Amino acid sequence: MRRQGLARYFRSGAIWGFIVLELIFFTVAGAFLSNSDTGFLDPGNMLLLLKQSAPLGIIALGMTVVMINGNIDLSVGAIFALCAVVMLDSMNWPILAGLGDWAIPFAWGLALLTGMGLGLVNGLIVWKTGVDAFIVTLGAMLGFRGLVFMYNGEQPTYHLNWTMVDIAEAGIFGLQTPVLVFAACILGVWLLMNKTVHGRNAYPVGDNREAAVNAGIRVGPHMVWNYVLIGFLTALSSITFYSASGSVNPNDGMLYELWIITAVVLGGTKLSGGRGSVIATVGGIIAIQLMRKGLGFIGADTAMVNLVIGSILVLVLFLDRQLNRKSKQDLRI
Amino acid sequence: MADVSASDGTALRSVGAFLGRHGIVVAFGLFMIGFALTNERFIDMDNILGVIRSSTILGVMALGVTFVVISGNLDLSVGSMMSFSTIVVLDLHERIGPELAIPLMFAMTMSLGALIGFLVGYLRLNSLIVTLGMLSAIHGLTLTYSGGQNMDIADQQATWFSVFGQGRVLGIPVPILMFVLLAVVLATLLAKTPFGRKVYAVGGNDVAATFSGIPRARVVFMTYIISSFCVATAGLIQASRSMGSQNTVGQGMELEVLAAVILGGASLMGGAGTVFKTVIGVLILGFIQNGLLLLGLEFYVQYVVTWIIIILAVWLDIAVKRGRLWSPIA
Repeated sequence: MRRQGLARYFRSGAIWGFIVLELIFFTVAGAFLSNSDTGFLDPGNMLLLLKQSAPLGIIALGMTVVMINGNIDLSVGAIFALCAVVMLDSMNWPILAGLGDWAIPFAWGLALLTGMGLGLVNGLIVWKTGVDAFIVTLGAMLGFRGLVFMYNGEQPTYHLNWTMVDIAEAGIFGLQTPVLVFAACILGVWLLMNKTVHGRNAYPVGDNREAAVNAGIRVGPHMVWNYVLIGFLTALSSITFYSASGSVNPNDGMLYELWIITAVVLGGTKLSGGRGSVIATVGGIIAIQLMRKGLGFIGADTAMVNLVIGSILVLVLFLDRQLNRKSKQDLRI
Repeated sequence: MADVSASDGTALRSVGAFLGRHGIVVAFGLFMIGFALTNERFIDMDNILGVIRSSTILGVMALGVTFVVISGNLDLSVGSMMSFSTIVVLDLHERIGPELAIPLMFAMTMSLGALIGFLVGYLRLNSLIVTLGMLSAIHGLTLTYSGGQNMDIADQQATWFSVFGQGRVLGIPVPILMFVLLAVVLATLLAKTPFGRKVYAVGGNDVAATFSGIPRARVVFMTYIISSFCVATAGLIQASRSMGSQNTVGQGMELEVLAAVILGGASLMGGAGTVFKTVIGVLILGFIQNGLLLLGLEFYVQYVVTWIIIILAVWLDIAVKRGRLWSPIA
């Protein structure tokens, strides 16, 4: 009994404990190893960290919902790039170019529609064909990336609009637009998952699909909506990021899906579905970003970051297994 | 009247069953005939050898991943592991010469495979997450090893190392011979030996397999050893073909390999798939790319076509098994 409680506590609280440990470690280690004038906990540094967490974080919120459903989406990196291409290229179209700054909302709208459309395609295939979501989105990852390349070859797509850059870099109290968008998305998805019927249905759909069908949940459309949601969030993340930079390479967003799944799993969401928390996913994203930034701060290179994050993922899985042996069956996909 | 309709139904069902079992081979045949009729360059022997040769690296890796997938697990680390073995063998070649570099590289790559096999087999950790973590970790390891530098063989005339990637025996490129040899050995291992049957048993139902006295952990461990052996072979071919390499040479290949294996009809649930069908899956990917190029389409169209073909192939498989086209989920 006590072991169970401990396991639950581990699941819900561990990620925040881990973040605190990271903060302490990098502050102390940074005091000896870093060449920087300011400490690791410098407010400017922490705000930058939040800003850098936003693009992956916004997508990770959607991934959490999809994974609670017992599905997965490997195509988010390609959707991320395709939305950016559509957004930036559409502003060069004669019809939008004539509008001046009023082209911006149309370009954003087109990007969001693209993201939702691609999500809809994934969702409908998962629902109607019954093919495993892993395979469907694995195929889509290749297919959508192919669309990105077909759009503009290997050339970068760019469009510079200073108004758009200003919007993307604006902020209140030092919190820049990406952070505000991220915060709004966290609130939105949290409300969706905790205060609506749709959100409550997500857990039984992932836990026991057959029982959910028998309980009268329309499982198919439910899953489709969640794919549309992750498509929407991916497009939003893409808009936030590329409005500031104004240029996208066709390879952008590759391996995003792997970083995002890592963060979601660190946050304690089960791969087989039925359990997971939006807030813990935010913790997962921050933990990963802290690790990347902190290791950079004390002078380690990207190689070390990859090595450490990979090892931590395996270690977390191992600890989770040790503390929660009851879920031995669950962890098979 | 009733008899006629009944026999029609049986005929239909047996056609369905045949397609379900050999659909991928039939599709491959139709596909090849279609391309051959529309373009005479397609059937050219040089063209066919060229396609097979360029598919060998993907193919060799797919052979190993077939074992892992049949046993009910995944291996997403093969891409970064291939980068690792390519970089290591090139670097060791410059330090200690090819005779020692090759076995040492195989030992290093296979010890990574052993680590994954230990984590997934003996500790029973989820293979998707473990290999996802290893993808990242091995990439870090490669960068640490190389210091982020590209590796090159300085004096390319003075070494016989290029034979694995560029050599020919009796007019057939060596990488193709290695691919065929490995495919035959592994197909025999999977189809004709007790070990092969244990791989299917573990993937089909690991609880039942355990109760039947099959050492599940050891079987899973061995599948990862086989996979890493194949990856090391692929790395050897890659290194020898280009005699130099970036740190990211295998990046993203894990998913293409998986696509080839799935296209060959292996089920992600485990318990189904054969080496022969994986080879067909690899060839389909290779010939699609080639055929589309010969038709004058852009290189990247192949990704979109691959997407559609993967989903159609798996869908057909599932539809035949459940006896209806659309998913019954409301």
